[in-house]
Amino acid sequence: MAESPLNVLLKGNTGRNTRGLLRIIILGTIAAAAVSSRLFSVIRFESIIHEFDPWFNFRATKYLVQHGFYSFWDWFDDRTWHPLGRVTGGTLYPGLMVTSGVIYHILRFLTIPVDIRNICVLLAPGFSGLTALAMYFLTCEMSTSPSAGLLAAAFMGIVPGYISRSVAGSYDNEAIAIFLLVFTFFLWIKAVKNGSIMWGALTALFYGYMVSAWGGYVFITNLIPLHVFVLLCMGRYSSRIYISYTTWYALGTLASMQIPFVGFLPIRNSDHMSALGIFGLLQLVAFADFVRGFIPGKHFQRLLTTMIIVVFGAAFVGLVVLTVSGVIAPWSGRFYSLWDTGYAKIHIPIIASVSEHQPTAWPAFFFDLNFLIWLFPAGVYMCFRDLKDEHVFVIIYSVLASYFAGVMVRLMLTLTPIVCVAAALALSTILDTYVLASPGPNPKAKAVEDTSSEPLRSARKPDVGVTSYLSKLVVTSSAIIYLLLFVAHCTWVTSNAYSSPSVVLASRMPDGSQHIIDDYREAYYWLRQNTPHNAKVMSWWDYGYQIGGMADRPTLVDNNTWNNTHIATVGKAMSSREEVSYPILRQHDVDYVLVVFGGLLGYSGDDINKFLWMVRIAEGIWPDEVKERDFFTARGEYRVDDQATPTMRNSLMYKMSYYNYHTMFQGGQAVDRVRGAKLPAEGPQLSTLEEAFTSENWIIRIYKVKDLDNLNRDHSNAVAFDRGHKRKRATKKKGPRVLRTE
Amino acid sequence: MPAKRTAAAAGPVPAPSPPTIPSSSTTTAAAAPASSSSSSLSSGPKTLTTNSSVLDIAHTVWQQYLATTPQRTLLLDAFMGFLVLVGGVQFLYCVLAGNYPFNAFLSGFSAAVGQFVLTASLRMQTSPSSAAAAAVLTPSGIRAFADYIFGSLILHFFCINFIN
Repeated sequence: MAESPLNVLLKGNTGRNTRGLLRIIILGTIAAAAVSSRLFSVIRFESIIHEFDPWFNFRATKYLVQHGFYSFWDWFDDRTWHPLGRVTGGTLYPGLMVTSGVIYHILRFLTIPVDIRNICVLLAPGFSGLTALAMYFLTCEMSTSPSAGLLAAAFMGIVPGYISRSVAGSYDNEAIAIFLLVFTFFLWIKAVKNGSIMWGALTALFYGYMVSAWGGYVFITNLIPLHVFVLLCMGRYSSRIYISYTTWYALGTLASMQIPFVGFLPIRNSDHMSALGIFGLLQLVAFADFVRGFIPGKHFQRLLTTMIIVVFGAAFVGLVVLTVSGVIAPWSGRFYSLWDTGYAKIHIPIIASVSEHQPTAWPAFFFDLNFLIWLFPAGVYMCFRDLKDEHVFVIIYSVLASYFAGVMVRLMLTLTPIVCVAAALALSTILDTYVLASPGPNPKAKAVEDTSSEPLRSARKPDVGVTSYLSKLVVTSSAIIYLLLFVAHCTWVTSNAYSSPSVVLASRMPDGSQHIIDDYREAYYWLRQNTPHNAKVMSWWDYGYQIGGMADRPTLVDNNTWNNTHIATVGKAMSSREEVSYPILRQHDVDYVLVVFGGLLGYSGDDINKFLWMVRIAEGIWPDEVKERDFFTARGEYRVDDQATPTMRNSLMYKMSYYNYHTMFQGGQAVDRVRGAKLPAEGPQLSTLEEAFTSENWIIRIYKVKDLDNLNRDHSNAVAFDRGHKRKRATKKKGPRVLRTE
Repeated sequence: MPAKRTAAAAGPVPAPSPPTIPSSSTTTAAAAPASSSSSSLSSGPKTLTTNSSVLDIAHTVWQQYLATTPQRTLLLDAFMGFLVLVGGVQFLYCVLAGNYPFNAFLSGFSAAVGQFVLTASLRMQTSPSSAAAAAVLTPSGIRAFADYIFGSLILHFFCINFIN
């Protein structure tokens, strides 16, 4: 039996080569699976950029490819945030665009002409393959079992928590950032293990790349110092830690400061202070360790602890003092909202309004991680069992990331890698214990040999129980069933939940065939072809990037929500009466107003549903003029039917959404299918805007802002006159005082 | 006016750095003559075991250091002392004369600090006290030196890029 060809192949030197080859093949297959499971959207729809932010990244990439790196760096974009403009080159993370630009030029150099759009669409799947590879390396550092790394790579490749941000077409910063995150951590672990400057410097380089790619780099900036700090507190100081950490910090901080958007933040912002503090602390500890070589005293441990406490306390007090006195910038608002989930809702509606900043719902954990989420604690426990430096890292990471993932939906993304590591550790231990227990003909004796490397299990369980074929069969088959279920779940989630481009909607016809609803692009191309190149389009900020990317028209606000006042201005224009809104529109040179209306189709992500956020954000700036309370009925309901409040019915948003809507229902009563409301028989009247375009399913409605009246009348009078009313009756309407803006 | 405003706004900036400065200066207290801070730090428990004065202990530490450290390591220590001096002078200039070209100050200062920690790392890897082998030209010593050059190259590339 021992001389069978299989054993020859699996043992000794040949065996090592065979296993290496197998491992490479498996990793290649995993990468292929990771890439291909992300292609649902390309196959179902087409090669198109998804959602909102990717449209900006795509536009910036096109600019980079067309104009070259230097003009990209200095890019001042006057077609967004009209009339302010945006210093785009200095306010973005350029890593993503530069990466795809480099890929584009390499492919061009190799005479493979590829459209930049296809590179952008396929960048995220491509990098997910690399992420699986990086995951393999990271997990291999954690475990001696070779299967753990492969399992982790497989998990990472298809886990929905990561797929949600990396399907083909979601060309967002996270597409490459997760790869960089995992790889930076791998390099860091490697640096801590080896204590060499080279690994530390490589960590710093990839950290710098990460900084250039995603704002989430702050997570690394705080996690690595925390790891070092915990190791110090455990009394595990060694020169390896000093070398890797100081090298990483000195080089990494310099690298991060090369990005204009980050700039001096690493020395000013409180988010980065812990890294600096640990850097200083480590110098002290190193010095103390150095002095210890000369003092043969046993009191040294105590001295060291005292010193740590004193210095750390002093640094903390200094930090607090500096923060209070305003030298160091206070913690950013997004950061506060991490600790106090209610903070954003009260203080910064603009942050709270973003859907991905909402707290995570509990089912989401299972939805995104499936059975990994309950292997996760087991894996963390495994790390406690042999508590080496790298296991401490896993434990800290999992504790922090679990908390953050519970606070913000989008941070599920940072939790996913560590869940994959921990789950792979747990599962590989189970499989190793049960599968490898008895390969030979004499199960019992062999089992003792093989499981001797698993002290706890072999000590706890009697050999007969573990090695009997029944228990093996049960455990292995149940693990396989869970794995298969996991694959099925991942595929199902990817195909159903995460593969919609949200620019193109799909629905099913009664006969089961697919029906594509393409209103967004229809409307944006209408804008592109029927309006002057410089026509300013006002819409809620969600659609700013898409208008810029697809319609190529200047916008007032977009998804880079850096100017709250400007957004509030748009919110005020949307939520006020026409008489108030019109001057605002004129002052901002608005030519067209775009609203999204889902009432006809039952599309729930429309502007009326987002309307309260506009009101809230406007109320934050003009509490006297816009009041959220006025949009609720006396019973506290948010209604759009004939019970709606007068403020609601007179608001520009309401009017634009329902203007002429009742004409769709000849004779019958107009129904809003999203909110299930019957609308008043008479639709709202618009006097300062005129309908310019309405898409096929009424999802996008575009209105043109009227010019001033030729006869110097105000618009309501003019409209009333055109309709044949007498002037007297017309003036009876609510008389606007200030209409002319000039 | 703009210059004044910049200065006023950026004036307090170096303040966050102090944790680095005193720490690095205390670290080199070993390389330079042992300062009072180091002696007071090490004296606490020491006085319990040996009943000698603070200065005595500092002196013995210093003597022991001179006696046991090989020539090459002393050279590294002298370089580290020099780097602390450079960093200290730059910081002093920044505090006294203002930090107007802030980029330049930062890159100069961090070049000094970065080179210091790199040299300290090199020292830890090569000095005979940590690795028992006294010869510097062991494979690990060569490797450490190659790493050191690699790290320094990256460091100075970033500094030059950042200096404006």
